[in-house]
Amino acid sequence: MSADEWEIIRLSLKVGAVAVMACLPIAFALAWALARGRFPGKLLLDALIHLPLVLPPVVTGWLLLLAFGPAGPAGAWLERALGITFMFRWTGAALAAAVMALPLMVRAMRLSIEAVDRRLEAAAMTLGASRWRVFRTITVPLALPGVIAGTVLGFARSLGEFGATITFVSNIPGETQTLPLAIYSALQIPGGESAVARLAIVSVVLSVAALVISEMLARRMGRGAHVL
Amino acid sequence: MSFEVAVSRMIGDTHITCSFTAKPGLTALYGPSGAGKTSILNMVSGLLKPDRGRIVVGGEVLFDSEAGTDVPVQLRRAGYVFQDARLFPHLRVRANLAYGLRQGGLMSLDDVVAFLGIGHLLDRWPRSLSGGEAQRVAIGRALLSDPRFLLMDEPLSSLDRARREEVMRTIERLRDELCLPVLYVSHERSEVERLAGTIIEI
Repeated sequence: MSADEWEIIRLSLKVGAVAVMACLPIAFALAWALARGRFPGKLLLDALIHLPLVLPPVVTGWLLLLAFGPAGPAGAWLERALGITFMFRWTGAALAAAVMALPLMVRAMRLSIEAVDRRLEAAAMTLGASRWRVFRTITVPLALPGVIAGTVLGFARSLGEFGATITFVSNIPGETQTLPLAIYSALQIPGGESAVARLAIVSVVLSVAALVISEMLARRMGRGAHVL
Repeated sequence: MSFEVAVSRMIGDTHITCSFTAKPGLTALYGPSGAGKTSILNMVSGLLKPDRGRIVVGGEVLFDSEAGTDVPVQLRRAGYVFQDARLFPHLRVRANLAYGLRQGGLMSLDDVVAFLGIGHLLDRWPRSLSGGEAQRVAIGRALLSDPRFLLMDEPLSSLDRARREEVMRTIERLRDELCLPVLYVSHERSEVERLAGTIIEI
């Protein structure tokens, strides 16, 4: 593999990791609200979160462009407040990947939070545990396999992100050109087949590795779970 | 008086009302399944809020709808032993026992372990315990939270005959040696007659 190809892999992993890490607390909070909360507009929130799953990714990319572009309200605010810019930068690729991964992460986490036996939480409360302690010591550990599964799923989805990314931040080698975009570019070049094959194999290996790691982690965490 | 309970609450279409005063010792709530016995335990523990009424245990007012008193579950110090044990599946037996541990309580971890004969179980996971073992660990966990009273919801119902005898003896020793007021729910006449000083029919 060439140095350029290693660079593509490194960038893809960076974009995926940053996207998922930034998404994790937001996804967990949203999953919690959907699983446990009772508030007006819950259905609307649910629909909004799932939008990236059903919209054409190009539309999602265009909406990101409207919101986070230099003229967009969110983009202008973030640049002023935190000095973060997205246009034609890897941070934009990470943002697009995060938005696309969010529904998958929220879904997996919501299911695992809903599966936590609330009678165990009640038992902990009779033993004198505060709500916060119950959350930390009972709810989160029991939901953890689902949280990990959701995170890995989101990471795999981030690695595969194409449509929203290319629409939002274009296809710039070394900055926004992740694996799928590089494969797409290589396909346009005569004689690029061997590069395509190499990068495709890398994609498969990374995806399988992510799934295997999540399965192993979930098993280790869930060692004592699913009883009584 | 150990328990003074007068509560009413609607659950779905069922209206649960109950009023009794109990002497010290073990008091059984006896009646058919579905009569609302567990709901009454939940109200005494603070997990379920009565629509109206008053709950006093050992002279302390835990709930009084007229006066607006409602002591939160965490502060009621009820040692609640559930029908299904409800051990925390992600914690070993030792960590389950220590979950609600209060320093300076009536019994230390070693006392409780010796009392219940569960020393050989400390490093096991809950899923590897038999029903009787799980129920004894659940009783130990409740005792270690230094409860002011015990609530037991059909603790024998999921056990076979041999295990039943083993846990029954444990409960008799609890009653006789620890002098804690116990509110005990069951639909088994023989069980109630053997254990209870006061029987309240629901």
